[in-house]
Amino acid sequence: MTSEVVAASSVPAPGRAVRVREIATELRGLRGSLIPILHAVQEELGYVDQPDVPVIADVLNLSVAEVHGVVTFYKDFRRTPAGRTVVAICQAEACRSVGAVELAEHAKRRVGCGFGETTYDGRITLDEVYCFGNCALGPAVQVGERLHGRVTAARLDALLGDAR
Amino acid sequence: MTRVFVPRDSAARSVGADEVAERLAVLAPEVEVVRNGSRGMLWLEPLVEIETPAGRIGYGPVAPEDIDGLVAGGMLAGARDLAACLGSVEALPWMRQQQRLTFARVGVTDPLSVDDYTSYGGLRGLRQALAQTPAEVVETVVESGLRGRGGAGFPTGIKWRTVLGASADLKFVCCNADEGDSGTFADRMLIEGDPFTLIEGMTIAAYAVGASEGYVYLRSEYPDAVATLRAAIELARTEGWLGDDVLGSGSGFVFDLQVRVGAGAYICGEETSMLESLEGKRGMVRAKPPIPALQGLFGLPTVVNNVLSLATVPTILANGAEAYASYGVGRSLGTSVFQLGGNVARGGIVETAFGITLGELVNDFGGGTSSGRPIRAVQVGGPLGAYLPTEQFDLPMDYEAFAAAGAMVGHGGIVVFDETVNMAAMARFAFEFCAAESCGKCTPCRVGAVRGVETIDRIVAGDNREKNLVVLGDLCDLMTDGSLCAMGGLTPLPVRSAVRHFGKDFGS
Repeated sequence: MTSEVVAASSVPAPGRAVRVREIATELRGLRGSLIPILHAVQEELGYVDQPDVPVIADVLNLSVAEVHGVVTFYKDFRRTPAGRTVVAICQAEACRSVGAVELAEHAKRRVGCGFGETTYDGRITLDEVYCFGNCALGPAVQVGERLHGRVTAARLDALLGDAR
Repeated sequence: MTRVFVPRDSAARSVGADEVAERLAVLAPEVEVVRNGSRGMLWLEPLVEIETPAGRIGYGPVAPEDIDGLVAGGMLAGARDLAACLGSVEALPWMRQQQRLTFARVGVTDPLSVDDYTSYGGLRGLRQALAQTPAEVVETVVESGLRGRGGAGFPTGIKWRTVLGASADLKFVCCNADEGDSGTFADRMLIEGDPFTLIEGMTIAAYAVGASEGYVYLRSEYPDAVATLRAAIELARTEGWLGDDVLGSGSGFVFDLQVRVGAGAYICGEETSMLESLEGKRGMVRAKPPIPALQGLFGLPTVVNNVLSLATVPTILANGAEAYASYGVGRSLGTSVFQLGGNVARGGIVETAFGITLGELVNDFGGGTSSGRPIRAVQVGGPLGAYLPTEQFDLPMDYEAFAAAGAMVGHGGIVVFDETVNMAAMARFAFEFCAAESCGKCTPCRVGAVRGVETIDRIVAGDNREKNLVVLGDLCDLMTDGSLCAMGGLTPLPVRSAVRHFGKDFGS
């Protein structure tokens, strides 16, 4: 369902390939540079697109399969653009002990999509995360860049309302 | 100028510390607002402290909307008659009853002030180390009894001795800061609250083993820690604490380090998987041997230690191995940084000598549950740690005592659950989590976790319950004995402890 969403930061394909090559070339001197490169591509271009993979593989002299394997191994790397606001709810044990599962169910109903999905209007992507290290002040929810503690259903509604 | 402390720790920020600091700057532009780390009394965050001649006076929790009233009531002069006033922060029982060695500066200083760092004892350990031979430094760490705080509890000095003895042109020090276990946040708080200590500890490790490059593998879920540590590394380079001639000692000791950000894979907290990830690969676990001390990052000798292990090394070098080893019990020497989380009234950081009981931590420090209901279970040591009932609250926090009880201290995280918890659901979750996070290299973990979920579902549904409990036991045996790493090897720990202590949740 996320494929219908067009990211604000979307760069046209030819320009994107050039930029991906620049990023990869700039960082390839690092030891084990593939993951820093993927982070940099995602940070600037919003996600790691399939056509980016052969470009990065070429710069690093790796096979396309090796790069593909790394992109798909790590949850952080998005294959499609995220919604305008990413809402990530911790689902690990400490937050579960104070109602994080119920909070997630509330969020899914309220937003109208499940974990790993984006709303039809591209407004919100809902994600599950396993631990922000805010275990004494759970449930923990990250909205955009901002971490929130002790999030109740009402507080989450207010945060979601702001995320328009 | 009055100095006011408002934590920059991400837990404090998650409940409004930034807004408090911003409002203070507007209301009282004449005061200096210092963004310190957190004292670790997280239920009091945002905890505002005022520096007075009588010490630092605390106020908390201070919501952003409370600030105007508190300032009008004389908070900035240290007024004691305000409801939020806690009195002297150092005198609070929570603080007084701790022995803070690793966390000595966390919450006290400005994490990015080099002056604060050195005036509060920073660099004493590194200077002491550089005055000794590498072998002497290694033996000091061996004698201190320091064991790996990441969870495995392997003696740190022994690991270093192996790396020192390995000959190679290039060696590495890798810090495992992929603190993925739920209920653990000490690595994050140390990096956000006193990053120079970690840098100093890694530098000492590098000197001791002959390494010249360091990496901190820090999880992406901790963006504040990433930013703070990167800023601290820049400052350390400027100060000459890192670089081509560390501390200008003229010894020719070269060391520099960099932060590498993880990418959301729990398995990368396993040391060999972390090394694969640092090499830019999928985080697939390696078989051991060869051990990373001999063939680690890029096949070269590598020290891999947890944040807390490395951050404890400066105090050991500064004050001597004996001083550190005078704390603790049995073979669990020194202090450990315990973390109270979950459904707990007073959650946060308790650094104390090993040997304190689980009950003292959860009841005396933690104050029971935050919901007010009775405690049903606590999970110690993260998602791979055992669930313990209150009957076991007299267990001392000690690696061996916990192992003998079928549990583990792990990274020292304690998650509290009240009576509403369904332990069959938690056991199922342990398998679900393992299935989702398994690297997939070994069959017991990859397939066993999926079969575990199915088997628990059958047990709970009453489908051949007795037979399926036997199947579950067999599966747990197989995963324990046959998995390549602790992910599959320890997932049976929470499962079995849940069945053993909370059997009625499984439909008995």
